[in-house]
Amino acid sequence: MISKPRFDRRQFLSRSVQAAGLLALTGCDGLSANDSLRSLLGLTERVTLLVHRAVVPRAAMAREYPDADRSAVFPANGNTDPNNPAYDELAASGFRDWRLSVTGLVARPSQFALEVLKGLPSRTQVTRHDCVEGWSAIAKWTGVPLRELMERAQPLPSARFIVFHCADRDEDRVPYYESIALEDAYHPQTILAYEMNDQPLDVPHGAPLRLRIERQLGYKQAKYLTGLELTDNLASFGKGKGGYWEDQGYEWYAGI
Amino acid sequence: MIDQAPTSEDRANTPDIEWRHNAPADPSDRMIPVAPREAAVYRHTLPVRVSHWLNAVCLFVLIGSGLQIFNAHPALYWGNRSDPDRALLSIRSVRADDETFTGITTILGHEFTTTGVLGHSSGRHRAFPAWATIPGPQWLAMGRQWHLFAAWLFVLNGLGFWAYGWLSRHFTRDLLPRHQEWRSIGRSLKDHLRLRHPTGEAAKQYNALQKLAYASVVLGVGPLIVLTGLTMSPTLDTALPWLLDVFGGRQAARTLHFLACWAFVAFVVVHLFQVILTGTINNLRSMITGWYRVPREVSRHDQQTSV
Repeated sequence: MISKPRFDRRQFLSRSVQAAGLLALTGCDGLSANDSLRSLLGLTERVTLLVHRAVVPRAAMAREYPDADRSAVFPANGNTDPNNPAYDELAASGFRDWRLSVTGLVARPSQFALEVLKGLPSRTQVTRHDCVEGWSAIAKWTGVPLRELMERAQPLPSARFIVFHCADRDEDRVPYYESIALEDAYHPQTILAYEMNDQPLDVPHGAPLRLRIERQLGYKQAKYLTGLELTDNLASFGKGKGGYWEDQGYEWYAGI
Repeated sequence: MIDQAPTSEDRANTPDIEWRHNAPADPSDRMIPVAPREAAVYRHTLPVRVSHWLNAVCLFVLIGSGLQIFNAHPALYWGNRSDPDRALLSIRSVRADDETFTGITTILGHEFTTTGVLGHSSGRHRAFPAWATIPGPQWLAMGRQWHLFAAWLFVLNGLGFWAYGWLSRHFTRDLLPRHQEWRSIGRSLKDHLRLRHPTGEAAKQYNALQKLAYASVVLGVGPLIVLTGLTMSPTLDTALPWLLDVFGGRQAARTLHFLACWAFVAFVVVHLFQVILTGTINNLRSMITGWYRVPREVSRHDQQTSV
C-alpha cells in the first residue's frame, strides 16, 4: 500500500527526465542553427590550435611505420575522379603538359613540370592517414618536401598561408581547394607526393601530385594539385573558410 | 534560542535535537538546530557541486555528439589501421530484394538484427538513431564542433576537480575505499542488490561500493576517455607518441574511447537509479545546496518489515 504513491512519483520523475532529455536534444538541434552559438563552438578550434602550437614541438614527427604495416586497401575518399575535362586531357598524355604553379606572395613565381619535381630532393615516408570520419589507413608516400619549393619560390614576409588549388570538382562542379599555415610547409614530413606504395600516384588517390601533411586529418591532404598560392588571408578563396570542407563547417585546423 | 548559535550547554540540555555540522564558512551558520531526529550534513562543497553539474552537461553533449561522430564510420578495430575485414564491431544497413532494410550489428563475428535502433531507424541508414545523437540529423561537422567544445570544458573541469579533490583531501577522505572497506564490499553489494541503503550514521559517508564506483570513474574511466580521445589527434601523436603504444594504436584508442563512453553511460544510469531510489529531492537538494538530510536510523528488522 505504502509503495503506491512512491511508484507514481517515480513514474512522474522518470517521465520528467525523459521530457527534459528530449527538450535538451531538440535544444541542441535548435542551437546548432544559431549563429552566435556556432561562433562560440568555433572558439574551440582557435583554443585547440593555440594549445597545440604551444605544447607540440615544431619538429615533432608523425610516426613512421614499417612497410609491412601498410593497408592492403587504401580507401580513396572524397572526389575519386576530378570531373574536369582539362584534367582528363592532361591525364591522357601521362601528365606531360601538367605544371604546378607557385604564385601569390612570393619573390619568384614559378612553374614546375612533374619531371622537374621528381628531380628535386625527395622524401619517402610510411605514415598513417586519419580520416575525419574515423578510419585510418597506412601507405608509403614519396614526394618532394614542400620546403624545397618554398626555398625556390621565396615567400614574402607578408605570406601566412599556402592555398592549394586542385583540379577536382564535386558533382555540383564546386572546385576543391585547401590551405595550410606557411609554417607547416617547413615540417620535414610535409611533402608533395607523386608516388604511393612505390607506384606513380593513381587517379583515385590524386594523380599526379597530392599534399601529405601528416600531422592533420585526411581532408587536408589535397589531391590533383594544380597550383600553390601564397597569401596573407583566406577570405578571397571559395567561401572564405580556407578549404572545400572548411566551407562546409569543418575546422580549418585539422590537428584533432 | 533558535536564532543564536547554541552553546555546548544548549546541546547538552537538548539531547533530542541533532545539529548540523561541517557547516560552511560563516560561523553564525555553524550550529542551527533542525527538526528533531533529522540530521542534515553539509555533504557537497561548492567546488564539488559546480563541477558535478558542469560535468553532467558536458557528458550529455559528449555522448550525443560522440555517437554522431561514430555514425560517420560505424565500425571499431584494434591496432592502427581500420581494415574492413578485421572489424571488432560494425553497424550497417542491408537492403533486401523487396526494398526493405535491415539493421545489422556485428560484434566479434556474431551478427544481430537491430533494425529500428542500430543500423536502420526511422527510414534512414544510421548506426545510432537520430534521438541519440547531437545534432539529430547526420551532420559530422556540427557533431565534431559540439564534441570538441564539450571536451575542452570536460577536461578543464576535470583538471579543476582533480586538483581540488587531492588538495582538499576529498578523494583520499571520501572516495578511496579504506582497507577494512574492501572486506565489507561483499555485504555492501548484497545490500545494494536488495535495494537496501544505509541510514543514520552509516549514510553520512559513502559506502564501499559507492566509493568504488566514484573512484573508478574519477580516477579510471575519466582519465581513460580523455587520453584515448587525445590519442586520436594526429598532431598530439607527434608530441606524445607513447599514447599510441599504451593504447595499442589509433584505432584501438578509438575502440577504448567508445567502450569508456558506455562505462560512463552505465555509471550514469546506475547513479540516476540510486538517486531516485534513495530520495530524489534530498539528493538533488544536497547537490544544489550542499545539505543532505540523513535518513533516520532504521534497524535492519524495521527495514525488512517495511519493504
